[in-house]
Amino acid sequence: MSSLVTRVKQKEIAQLIAKGKRLDGRSLTEYREIKVEQGIIERAEGSARVLLGKTEVLVGTKIELGEPFSDTPNEGVLTVNAELVPLASSTFEPGPPDENSIELARIVDRGIRESKAIDVEKLCIEPGKKVFVIFVDVYVLNHDGNLIDASALAAMAALLNTKMPNYEIEEGEVKIKPDYTPLPIRKHPITVTFAKINDNLVIDPWLEEEQVMDARLSMAIEEDGSICAIQKGCSGSITPNQILEAAKIAQDKTKEMRKKLEW
Amino acid sequence: MNQKPEKLIDKKGIRLDGRKADELRSVKVDVGVLSNADGSAYIELGKNKILAAAFGPREMHPKHLALPDRMVLRCRYHMAPFSVQERKSPAPSRREVELSKVIREALEPSIFMEYYPRTGIDIFVEVLQADGSTRCASITAASLALADAGIPMRDLVSACSAGKVDGTIVLDLMDTEDKMGEADLPLALMPNFNAVTLLQMDGNLTGEEFERAVSLAVEGCKKIYAIQKEVLKAKYVSVKEAEE
Repeated sequence: MSSLVTRVKQKEIAQLIAKGKRLDGRSLTEYREIKVEQGIIERAEGSARVLLGKTEVLVGTKIELGEPFSDTPNEGVLTVNAELVPLASSTFEPGPPDENSIELARIVDRGIRESKAIDVEKLCIEPGKKVFVIFVDVYVLNHDGNLIDASALAAMAALLNTKMPNYEIEEGEVKIKPDYTPLPIRKHPITVTFAKINDNLVIDPWLEEEQVMDARLSMAIEEDGSICAIQKGCSGSITPNQILEAAKIAQDKTKEMRKKLEW
Repeated sequence: MNQKPEKLIDKKGIRLDGRKADELRSVKVDVGVLSNADGSAYIELGKNKILAAAFGPREMHPKHLALPDRMVLRCRYHMAPFSVQERKSPAPSRREVELSKVIREALEPSIFMEYYPRTGIDIFVEVLQADGSTRCASITAASLALADAGIPMRDLVSACSAGKVDGTIVLDLMDTEDKMGEADLPLALMPNFNAVTLLQMDGNLTGEEFERAVSLAVEGCKKIYAIQKEVLKAKYVSVKEAEE
């Protein structure tokens, strides 16, 4: 939602972008500084903290025993949840997840699920009866724009850091052993988000750009450059050509990011 | 439980329901189907059966949600418990919350929101039977309901999906293709502005496939648009004739 202050700034932001510049000095296709830290919550099976400029997201994973879904009896279960914690922004309120946090969780979920990043068949203990359930909880700690990319990155980093308990079956009972193996990860999708401001696309919008953007476009890209998930957001529109342009930029950008992340 | 058919597309390139790759399912639309709503529409897209109703512009309730300079659009996408194979709980699922949001955002650019400050429009979409691409059919119907309610709009919003099935890029996925196919890409368009108002994708597409899917979906939206325009014209010609 745009506030009164941002309307005054809107013109300035848009004019700068039309000249290929941004208020914080970045180019239109430049990310803010990205910092990834893994394994910071010992109680969690896996965790990661991502800083995207001042945006801060913490993801913790927990693994429990549970039942598979009836249509996928041989597959473990992945559950992604997102909390827009009230301490992260004056616009976040306590209470059950609203549409923004549900959308955020579902975008993160789609990137991981559709790329088949986790080999979910390896999470099956007893077909149709017992599987590992992986809970990915996204905790937004500071909101300075582009929660989607920060959360998707933190979720993947946390999954890469996640240890799966070893088990043995004794007389039909599952016994969890004290040691662990890493989670079977096959792919490393990276999500890239654009803001469309007037007629220009900028990558990784920060808060003030988000407040004035007309439309938002997020794309999850796999190692081979193929696209595995897309979400357009906000009450504006985007042309088919801009969509294709965004896809090309996202493919190039993720290639560059993979080198730094070693994914 | 439906078993996966061996092939979703046969050697001649014909799909399970007899369609070619770039063919829409049969579409039936009707407007003004509900007497209590300010505007309404009904769509059948293949086996999808969806009702949409628009109420407003009316006083915003609760009042504190009203905006001083524009109207507020609210949208609820909801699936009937009997609309799918396994009964769906009538409580709103996370999927429905997300779809309500993206449908609202797909329709908003088409409405002159600033014409009716402090008011609200509510759109209710009920999926009575689901058969894949329900969000697209819902947007198509909801946009007609808005037009039927006489709300000033820049353009209609037409929606259609494309996707990848057995390695082929196809138009308008039905349920089995959505579930068993490799990718699904719903898209909504304001045809006169060439403006995409909804775009989602899941599955896996290469850059080239993505390009083809987007252009195929855009073409599909244009076909849907022609049907929408036809049904609106037909209704208002009949209203005019009745008055004369």
